[in-house]
Amino acid sequence: MNSRVIALLASEDPFVSHHWLFPETGEIIYGGLASVIVVGALVKFAGPMAKKSFAERTARIQKQLDDAAAAKVTADGDAKNIRAALGDIAGERARILAEADAQAASVLAEGRTRITSEIAELEAKAEADINAARGRGSDELRNEITVLASRATPLVIAATLNDQAHKDLVEGFISKVGAGR
Amino acid sequence: MSNAKVKAYAQALFAIAQAEGAADAISNELYAVARAYESSDELRNVLGDATIPSERRLQVVEQLIGTRANRATVQIVSMIVASGQVRELPAVFDEVISLSSAGNDQDLAEVRSAVALTDDQQTRLAAALSKATGKTVNLKVVVDPSVIGGLVATVGDKVIDDTVRTRLDNLKTRI
Repeated sequence: MNSRVIALLASEDPFVSHHWLFPETGEIIYGGLASVIVVGALVKFAGPMAKKSFAERTARIQKQLDDAAAAKVTADGDAKNIRAALGDIAGERARILAEADAQAASVLAEGRTRITSEIAELEAKAEADINAARGRGSDELRNEITVLASRATPLVIAATLNDQAHKDLVEGFISKVGAGR
Repeated sequence: MSNAKVKAYAQALFAIAQAEGAADAISNELYAVARAYESSDELRNVLGDATIPSERRLQVVEQLIGTRANRATVQIVSMIVASGQVRELPAVFDEVISLSSAGNDQDLAEVRSAVALTDDQQTRLAAALSKATGKTVNLKVVVDPSVIGGLVATVGDKVIDDTVRTRLDNLKTRI
């Protein structure tokens, strides 16, 4: 028997198929079962993990989408606020410019009034100073004449007093003093 | 120098003059020296200048009055100059003449005039002042050109001023 099996095995090469396209029947059966077992194992063990992974990825993407939507809403709000603020800024700018114009006009008017008043005061003061200087000049001239006259008078009188005049003055003094009591 | 010190000096000097037996003459000479000192800037500067040696200043005194005044007068003036009290010289000598006058029962009558007075004028003036003040006066005439004309008499506290200078001053004040 052993020799027959050996002969059979020797005549049948296990690695050579009888058909150029299909494998041997046994190989199909064993291969099919193995494939079913592998696929079943995959479905049983790897399926939940893959499902969970997909679910997490979906949730993450959804979250990102939600965040993006929320960010868009916030951005829209900010944009709205900015546009409103820009409107307010433009209004404030216009108001400030108007106020500045009003103040400038007021300051200008006040300045003109003040300058006009100061010019009038300066003119009045200058006129008063001129009049005072004129009066002072006259007074100074009068005083100078008086001083010069007071200096010159004794010299002139002393020069004109002769012996007789001195004698008359002395005699007049003696007479007046003598007649006093 | 205080007034008390001036009087003390004057009393001491008058005592010396009395001791010399020529109080009136010496007093008159001291009075003349005082007036000369007052009227001469140069004399004041020389006698009052402490930087000039005392010997030199005494030499000036000797040259000025050494031969014309009583020896006691020269010594009195020299003493005042040497003592460094020359600025008080007029006050002290005026006090001496006052003491001399008082000793003769007279009041000192200082008269300032622009010109020198004759003896006759001085006699009549002394009489007039005596009559005006009711006291016998010891008349001292000082020639003072600054009065310009007329006279001013000072007897004690009384001043009788009839000078051209005063009239001009009054006129100037009114102007």
